[in-house]
Amino acid sequence: MDEFRVQVGPAAFRIGSRWRQPIARLASLYADYPKPDIPDFTVRLDAPSLLRRFVRRSVAIDGDFMLPDAVPLPFDQALLAAEMGMNLQMALGWRRHLLLHASAVERGGRVLIMTGASGSGKSTLSALLGQNGWRFMGDEFVLLDLESGAATPFPRLISLKNEAIAAMQAAAPDAVFGPLMQATPKGDIMHMVPPSAAIARMTESAPPALLLFPRFGHLVAVREVAPGETFMRMTQASTNYVALGEAGFRAMTRFVREVPARAIDYPSGEEAVALVERLWERLT
Amino acid sequence: MSRDAMLLVEALRDPASTRGLDADGWTALIAMARAEQLIGTLAHRLQCESVPSKVAEILADARINAEHQRRSALWEADCAVRALADYDGKVVLLKGTAYVAAGLQAGEGRHIGDLDIMVAREDLPQVEKLLLEKGGWEWVKEDVYDDAYYRDHMHELPPLIHKDRDRMIDVHHTILPLTAGPRPDAVAMLAEARNVDAEKAVSAEPVEVREAVLDRASTGSALTGDMCVLSPTDMVIHCAAHLFADGDLAGGLRNLWDMHCLLTEFSERDESFWAMLQTRAQYHQLWPAVHRGARLAHELYRTEIPKEWQNWNSHDKWYIRRLTARDAWGRPTRKITRLIFYIRSHLLRMPPMMLARHLFTKWRKGSRKT
Repeated sequence: MDEFRVQVGPAAFRIGSRWRQPIARLASLYADYPKPDIPDFTVRLDAPSLLRRFVRRSVAIDGDFMLPDAVPLPFDQALLAAEMGMNLQMALGWRRHLLLHASAVERGGRVLIMTGASGSGKSTLSALLGQNGWRFMGDEFVLLDLESGAATPFPRLISLKNEAIAAMQAAAPDAVFGPLMQATPKGDIMHMVPPSAAIARMTESAPPALLLFPRFGHLVAVREVAPGETFMRMTQASTNYVALGEAGFRAMTRFVREVPARAIDYPSGEEAVALVERLWERLT
Repeated sequence: MSRDAMLLVEALRDPASTRGLDADGWTALIAMARAEQLIGTLAHRLQCESVPSKVAEILADARINAEHQRRSALWEADCAVRALADYDGKVVLLKGTAYVAAGLQAGEGRHIGDLDIMVAREDLPQVEKLLLEKGGWEWVKEDVYDDAYYRDHMHELPPLIHKDRDRMIDVHHTILPLTAGPRPDAVAMLAEARNVDAEKAVSAEPVEVREAVLDRASTGSALTGDMCVLSPTDMVIHCAAHLFADGDLAGGLRNLWDMHCLLTEFSERDESFWAMLQTRAQYHQLWPAVHRGARLAHELYRTEIPKEWQNWNSHDKWYIRRLTARDAWGRPTRKITRLIFYIRSHLLRMPPMMLARHLFTKWRKGSRKT
């Protein structure tokens, strides 16, 4: 197997591939990240059968932690396969923090966390804010320290989908982008390398100050979310809350008590950024 | 770099053997342990070793996970016992859940998936009804052929899954398929099954949980008081039957580790254990499986077994080749050996003609679906 290693925040990965090309692409996109000697997780990209190694090549996602009936992806979506494999290891295997399926940015030593279903725009919003004076911390997972409650970054490659691709290419013309992968199970996908400060400071955690539940495609609206509702929604948004037992419960209750939460609707990226700035100012 | 899972076997057998590992060695060891579902066991074994800081973090994760699995397994067992409160017969926990409920060393750090229980065969209709109506379990898949096959030929009901908790339960009435060669005496196993010692089941819980549970147990409301486990000899025999007389040795290193722990713990408690085990295994027609399990555990994990049990069998090396077929990426290796054991597992389960009929039916159904 061809091999590639990368450290993202506190998590170290080893990615093995049957083919050289996906490894070369990962290595160039993750060029500025540290390379660990002992990885936390192994991800394997292999052909689902001998035939599919050569003819209509496709990539099965495999690794330390797996889902039983994951569907293989076409070969030209191998980068997406690697991303899904890495996410899966975190979602199923990470126990050192309370893991939230959310994006995060930081400013002035305090963290803004955004969570929501796929399509809510949390990933795009974090990338946009990352171009507008905020430190990008991650677009997929936020890791809450079980003792201090601080948010630890997980700044993997930003995964842009559909309309967000053109929007970010316009907003960040100097950024490095990966190849366009069309018609994947998640729509069109393009990866973007996070700003260099995000990578350089990926071990710096900070306390969370605001939680947003963004929703794209509606007129601007803000609603306060009570701790009880936040608690229920965040247990859904965490993949390891149950497995952590009492430690997870303590971290989660502390989070919903200390961090104010708002549900926001927004019609465009620009208005979302302006709205976030307004909410953030009111906070301080 | 290590050739196969002997690296994992050595680390389990002798934790100090990991002191010489470099970064690649640790990487391979962790990938293999995860693939064999032995990472929790490894974490438990290496508790007193000083390991690289990254490894310490990985093993700490594995301990948290094992603790979660232990807790969930006992909770599932508790739910099943409460659903079966109106059933008068014994409810016997099997495999991993039994080991943690009985506080055995085999349960330390062990991965536990489904809940396995055993009840008397004639009581299956009642137990099935209670689990479906009172417990909230439902059939995983409704398929007339599979359902009939399970009921006519297997040692368990078709698997049930819980509506809300998404956890499976296997209800056994004996320990081997009815079509297999050996015919263990399930009635005798049930007769010898004994209540779980409530103290042991909760010994790893915080003190306030322990007191609350023991309080409930003493008033006779569910939990451990109504749970049984097999007698020590039958527990070993079931472990060996599961490993060698049923299945293709997938997950075999873990099952053999169970065997190692059970043999070591029971023989330390009682000197006459070996003689009782042999007599009981012969009675259940499973002496070859038990003997092979003890030999292989001795060979791989250095289990102390009686001298006269140590006569090496020429086939054992093939079992070891199969058990250790794993590479540094955690991938299965030795395809041909695996295939041979896979075919063997089907031949053990049923006579050849029946197997042919079964595979033909399965194949027809499979090709109709696509």
